[in-house]
Amino acid sequence: MGILTVLETRNGELKKASLSAVTCARKISEITGLKYHLVIFSPNENSLEEVSYLGAEKVFVIRGEQFQNYTAENYALAIEKIVRDNGEKYVIATATTFGKDLLPRVAAKLSAGMVSEITEIIDDKTFKRLMYAGNIIATVKLESDIKVISVRGVAFDKAGKVDSKSQIEEVKISEKYEKKRFIKLEETKSERPELTEAQIVVSVGRGIKDPENIKLAEELADVLGAAIGASRAVVDAGWLPNDFQVGQTGKTVAPQLYIAIGISGAIQHIAGMKDSKVIAAINKDPEAPIFQIADVGLVADLFQVVPELTQKLKKLKEQAGA
Amino acid sequence: MKILVPIKRTYDPNSKIKLKTDGSGIDTSNIKFVINTFDEIAVEEALRKKEEFGGEVVVVSVGTQEWIEQIRTALAMGADRGILVDTGGKYIDQVGIAKILAKIVEEEKPDLVIMGKQAIDDDANQVGQLLAGYLNWPQATFAYKVEVKPNEKKVTVVREVDGGLETVECELPAIITTDLRLNQPRYASLPGIMKAKQKPVKTIKVEDLGIDLTPKVKIEKLETPPPRKAGVKVKDVDEFIAKLKELKALPF
Ligand SMILES: Cc1cc2nc3c(=O)[nH]c(=O)nc-3n(C[C@H](O)[C@H](O)[C@H](O)COP(=O)(O)OP(=O)(O)OC[C@H]3O[C@@H](n4cnc5c(N)ncnc54)[C@H](O)[C@@H]3O)c2cc1C
Ligand SMILES: Cc1cc2nc3c(=O)[nH]c(=O)nc-3n(C[C@H](O)[C@H](O)[C@H](O)COP(=O)(O)OP(=O)(O)OC[C@H]3O[C@@H](n4cnc5c(N)ncnc54)[C@H](O)[C@@H]3O)c2cc1C
Repeated sequence: MGILTVLETRNGELKKASLSAVTCARKISEITGLKYHLVIFSPNENSLEEVSYLGAEKVFVIRGEQFQNYTAENYALAIEKIVRDNGEKYVIATATTFGKDLLPRVAAKLSAGMVSEITEIIDDKTFKRLMYAGNIIATVKLESDIKVISVRGVAFDKAGKVDSKSQIEEVKISEKYEKKRFIKLEETKSERPELTEAQIVVSVGRGIKDPENIKLAEELADVLGAAIGASRAVVDAGWLPNDFQVGQTGKTVAPQLYIAIGISGAIQHIAGMKDSKVIAAINKDPEAPIFQIADVGLVADLFQVVPELTQKLKKLKEQAGA
Repeated sequence: MKILVPIKRTYDPNSKIKLKTDGSGIDTSNIKFVINTFDEIAVEEALRKKEEFGGEVVVVSVGTQEWIEQIRTALAMGADRGILVDTGGKYIDQVGIAKILAKIVEEEKPDLVIMGKQAIDDDANQVGQLLAGYLNWPQATFAYKVEVKPNEKKVTVVREVDGGLETVECELPAIITTDLRLNQPRYASLPGIMKAKQKPVKTIKVEDLGIDLTPKVKIEKLETPPPRKAGVKVKDVDEFIAKLKELKALPF
């Protein structure tokens, strides 16, 4: 009996976002006294080594041709089996697109209830989560015997390493779901830090006017070692790929510094970034709603001030010898 | 090709959300109700597939009599008929909604279910995947592009995932949930609105489905998050940098 945390891998590599779910599992373990377990699919050697030191009682490893590439259908089959064989009481994952796609299917297979994207744990069955684009905090109680929970990444720290090694258990799954086939993944390649992990995010909105101009933001991002984010308007226009979108229906970020450039600050955008430590905004409209939440606001034409900002920060960085 | 589209009635994304003063629920007095944004995209996608391959588009809602307004809107866009599962106003959690939809699917036997990835009120993002799980159908969530091959009984879906775009192929019948960029929904035309008045909407009482709907998820309390305070407006880039330094927001 325990708490099962599902880890995400891509091409064998552990996704760091999963470590937030491990922190959640640790907290529930403290409250309930249940041990926590991890399950990882087709990990490479390094990733398996890494997750063996996260303090879990056991790490279940699943390999096989049907698990080479992720499909919710095959993964859910495997997770259902592990939960039933081990009498697990919780299934937890971070609410990335992986966790969002997979967990409700797992909940269905287990006749369990599920709470999405929790931000806080109150007790063994009560959690907080946001609704209405972050306008409302709901306290929800999950009353099923098995509880399925997805975790909002920015609300939980990434679990750190411990000294003792977990027991590793390879689990053989012969079943295979035949009605769906993974075909391909076209990855957006970027040299910059990942949006949800970056310390600083430079985010662009429709005010940037033309995809050509995004380089203004990129130059600024490169001086700061920042990730690039975007409003929906920019992604809808096809100026940046879909996974750059910050907001209610995109990614949630909470960096040290979020610089919004030419973004009006619609409620759906704010839902994805309002927990940033410091919010800075550049917008030519003094009435733009983004200024209502920005710690630092500059009312100006971005085409003038962004290049100037980049130059001045570059100098500062050189002076600091960084 | 028969396509079932579950739609939820929810608030217009441009309205301002407030709690009732006693915190018991959302103050709906100034709210305009519409079809959930993602479900409107689902209706549009279903209509496009019907235009391409023929067939029927059926919309289904699990709600109260008021929801017929949104069903009629979908019919005015071009859907053929509607089903309302009348809950009499009782709250049903995601699991309950998915079980009810599974029952409707068993009766209607569609080739495809297209629905929203999330309701913009609850923001749960569960019902499609739950439904696929109950039915043991393949699921293609967060759809960016949908290509149906009726002869092969297959559908290819490009999905919006973290890190890029993923392509999967599902056998029909399958469940698809929509993302924002799948299409631009049409407006209902005037003739469409006239025609919608004649189209059939069947009401089913939820009790008559004989499903155990005891919620597994209960909402205990609703609150408004503390507002984030506005900071300062600075006059130029130098002040902007100085302020960021003061807030220790810069890495150097
Ligand atoms: C269901 C739903 C879900 C949504 N989900 C999301 C989401 O996840 N994320 C998201 O971002 N949006 C989302 N939206 C869209 C959201 O409502 C807004 O439409 C969107 O965020 C606007 O993007 P924007 O701020 O870039 O554009 P606009 O609102 O058009 O703002 C552009 C800003 O640029 C400024 N500007 C223009 N030129 C200059 C210049 N030269 N210098 C300086 N400033 C300039 C303007 O003053 C303006 O404030 C969603 C909407 C719906 C209905
Ligand atoms: C303020 C508030 C309080 C609530 N309190 C409770 C409570 O105490 N107990 C309780 O059990 N429930 C409660 N609910 C209701 C419940 O949580 C959801 O409305 C319901 O479970 C549907 O899930 P979702 O909207 O989160 O679906 P999501 O998974 O976000 O929706 C995905 C898709 O499913 C489809 N869909 C969802 N709902 C319907 C529907 N009704 N009809 C047709 N298609 C649909 C749509 O295509 C939608 O795009 C409450 C809701 C609110 C807003």
